Amino acid sequence: MADLPKADELFKSINYTPPSTGWMDTPVDFSPGNWCYPAKVDKLEYLGLPNPRVWNPEDVDWKLPENWQDIVHEGFKERLDKYRSLKVFMDVCVRCGACADKCHFFIGSGDPKNMPVLRAELMRSVYRKDFTMAGKILTTLTGSRVMTEDVLKEWFIYFYQCTECRRCSLFCPYGIDTAEITMMARELLTLCGVNINWIMEPAANCNRTGNHLGIQPHAFKDIVEFMVDDIEEVTGKRINVPINEKGHEVLFITPSGDVFADPGIYTFMGYLMLFDHIGLDYTLSTYASEGGNFGLFTSADMMKKINGKMYAEAKRLGSKWILGGECGHMWRVINQYMDTMNGPADFLQVPKSPITGTVFESAAQTKMVHITEFTADLMKHDKLNLDPTRNDHIRATFHDSCNPARAMGLLDEPRYVLNNVLKNFHEMPEQTIREQTFCCAGGSGLNTDEIMEIRMRGGLPRGNALKSVQEEHDVNMMACICAIDRATLIPLSNYWAPGVDVCGVHELVGNALILDGEKERETDLRLEPLPGKEG
Amino acid sequence: MNALYSLVLVFALVLLALFGVETAHMAKLFGTVLPVVAVAVFLVGFAYRMIKWAKSPVPFCIPTTGGQQKSLDFIHHNKFDNPVTTGQTFIRMVLEICCFRSLFRNTTVGLKDGRVTYASAKWLWLFSLLFHYSFLLIVIRHMRLFFEPIPAVIGFVEMLDGIMQIGTPRMYMSDVLIMVGVTFLLARRLWDAKLRYISLVTDYFPLLLIISIALSGIYMRFIAHVDVVAIKQLTMGIVTFHPVIPANVDVSFYVHIFLVCTLLIYFPFSKLMHAGGVFLSPTRNLPNNSRIKHHENPWNDPNIKPHSYEAYEDDFREPMIEAGLPVEKDA
Ligand code: SF4
Ligand code: SF4
Repeated sequence: MADLPKADELFKSINYTPPSTGWMDTPVDFSPGNWCYPAKVDKLEYLGLPNPRVWNPEDVDWKLPENWQDIVHEGFKERLDKYRSLKVFMDVCVRCGACADKCHFFIGSGDPKNMPVLRAELMRSVYRKDFTMAGKILTTLTGSRVMTEDVLKEWFIYFYQCTECRRCSLFCPYGIDTAEITMMARELLTLCGVNINWIMEPAANCNRTGNHLGIQPHAFKDIVEFMVDDIEEVTGKRINVPINEKGHEVLFITPSGDVFADPGIYTFMGYLMLFDHIGLDYTLSTYASEGGNFGLFTSADMMKKINGKMYAEAKRLGSKWILGGECGHMWRVINQYMDTMNGPADFLQVPKSPITGTVFESAAQTKMVHITEFTADLMKHDKLNLDPTRNDHIRATFHDSCNPARAMGLLDEPRYVLNNVLKNFHEMPEQTIREQTFCCAGGSGLNTDEIMEIRMRGGLPRGNALKSVQEEHDVNMMACICAIDRATLIPLSNYWAPGVDVCGVHELVGNALILDGEKERETDLRLEPLPGKEG
Repeated sequence: MNALYSLVLVFALVLLALFGVETAHMAKLFGTVLPVVAVAVFLVGFAYRMIKWAKSPVPFCIPTTGGQQKSLDFIHHNKFDNPVTTGQTFIRMVLEICCFRSLFRNTTVGLKDGRVTYASAKWLWLFSLLFHYSFLLIVIRHMRLFFEPIPAVIGFVEMLDGIMQIGTPRMYMSDVLIMVGVTFLLARRLWDAKLRYISLVTDYFPLLLIISIALSGIYMRFIAHVDVVAIKQLTMGIVTFHPVIPANVDVSFYVHIFLVCTLLIYFPFSKLMHAGGVFLSPTRNLPNNSRIKHHENPWNDPNIKPHSYEAYEDDFREPMIEAGLPVEKDA
């Protein structure tokens, strides 16, 4: 990372003029920094995935299986038969280019293969050759090409330079979703053993330990104890956190990033304080201790397998419904896939807030409610005792995480919550928020340091937007509702808008909550002194 | 380069028709046989492609949402960008298909003073709309050639289209607008380096083909002053399956009809099928209600089960007991 250029140098290096060579003839740069590390042998073996081996993208020989071309062809065919999305998206693109400059990776790199349309063409060109009559005969005229090793390598680079954020899909007149195409391409790559460690290791961990960080149950409990200690230090109040206990009404599942990593832990403390404050009858689980689903970046089957734990655990513990924490990918899976893959969850009940009596009809089938929906409802019914002045030192903006924004439409709930716990709230420019939001550039398993420059390039649109509210409104905090964001936005803002910190929405809720019998607070949840309240 | 290939291709087509009718005297082939074949290929091909798409299931409900979801009562629901009912989804699709709603959002990105800038870019939306609607008008107008008596609605469209009353024969607005629209689309493709980079022969070819169809039509009307009565005789002959080749039909008509036939035949095998595909796009034509209602995946594999709790506990039982976590089975 030492050779990461300065922000302004990087900016100056962006050039939107495509190279003079046609894209099929433009070679791909395989120097380190342009790719993520390949998956480790033991992770693939553990997950039972094909072709585990030691290999290096820099080498010429990727040690592919001998019949890799057949594997890709058959896999492609199978997916065309299984997914109408893929079939239609392979056929109907008119190359109008409306999506071209909507991708953060293109905006920050100028690499034409990062235009969503061209990213998809990388796959379409092979589709035309293999599955259309015209493409078989009129190769150059229709833009078709043979699947060679070079093409596969190009796929590896560019389908792991897409965070499946769907921003391009929003602008396409036919709703062509390059994220969907990327998902299929990654499945095909996985069939040949061409995948990255930052996806496979978390996936393997989720499967075994219940969470992507590989936290084992007793360690999980220890961490929760630490947080209870910290809450006590801040509030003078010791709260009780049930773990793996049967017979509670609600099972609470959040991404493990909230349990483990700074600043997610403050958000986690916020959840715990909230539950204590309203006397929620809930439990955590160590077996289902991950909401984020790294199967989504691997294959539909893996996604299903990993996600199945949530319902299995709710059933075992006898919960009535599930409350989900702040997490992007988790909610994409819950909203669009969960009931279809893992349901119907007839053993659960339609979620009903035990405090306000609100029935969450919008979760009638999955029986899972998003924490900001839950909290917004509490606030609307005036059930929380809040002191927003405790957040007066925070001037916040809100980053819409791609998945909840574009695959769900969860836009106003977090804003409602924020506006109730905070006085200073400022929106970033219109083209960068809500459904038009820009990715953190580390989603879909790309949150890894070896591609830091790519991430910083992809982070340019968000970084710029942040910088503008920092300059105009002195914003010093970016709230978000995704654990991956909480990890990836920190280097991003350090790079593009230094001085802005990152937090979860419920961290600010935790700051504002007045717990029964608590002491006068002198610090916020980060143990930083509250202005004017210093001891 | 790709643009040039396409241009050559279209020229070749024009020459083929000229030569075929003038020199080889194949008016019958160009005037009656080919149109019938072309219409058949178009209809069968279109249906075939639609059926082929429809045969693949939609395993998951994956709409791209464009606004606030339906949630709590006090939060305003954006019904048409984030629909939950069939009715709302229908309206979303109508907006998409009739108004090019997604394209309306288009912005363009620039780099200025160390910042990325976004500017509204509705040009593509505007000219695409112009192009598609004038195309539609022209198709409707041409239907007069296939009906006797001519339905009132066609006459009405014609009257509206020529309402400006410019010139004799009266100029149709749709003729002008389609040329404006299609020229914009072509110019944009040639002008914008990014677009030029992604454009294939199959992107230029239909544009140039449509331009030449329009030009040949305009030529027939304003320069060759073709005998419309004779042409109607010919077209009615096709429709009633009693083909006739009237004597005094100008060769430009055959060029025109040949290019139209090419378009019809080309249509189902090409990206022009976006006309059908837009109805089938799973990111647009599904309601965002998968948290509310069950959606069936026909190939969902029941054998894929999560790593079981039992196996998990077996793995970690001792430390769990030590940490005081409840377990199902004591050690
Ligand atoms: S916006 Fe859609 S149709 Fe246009 S180039 Fe992109 S994917 Fe293709
Ligand atoms: S899904 Fe996101 S990252 Fe992928 S091509 Fe589209 S805009 Fe780019």
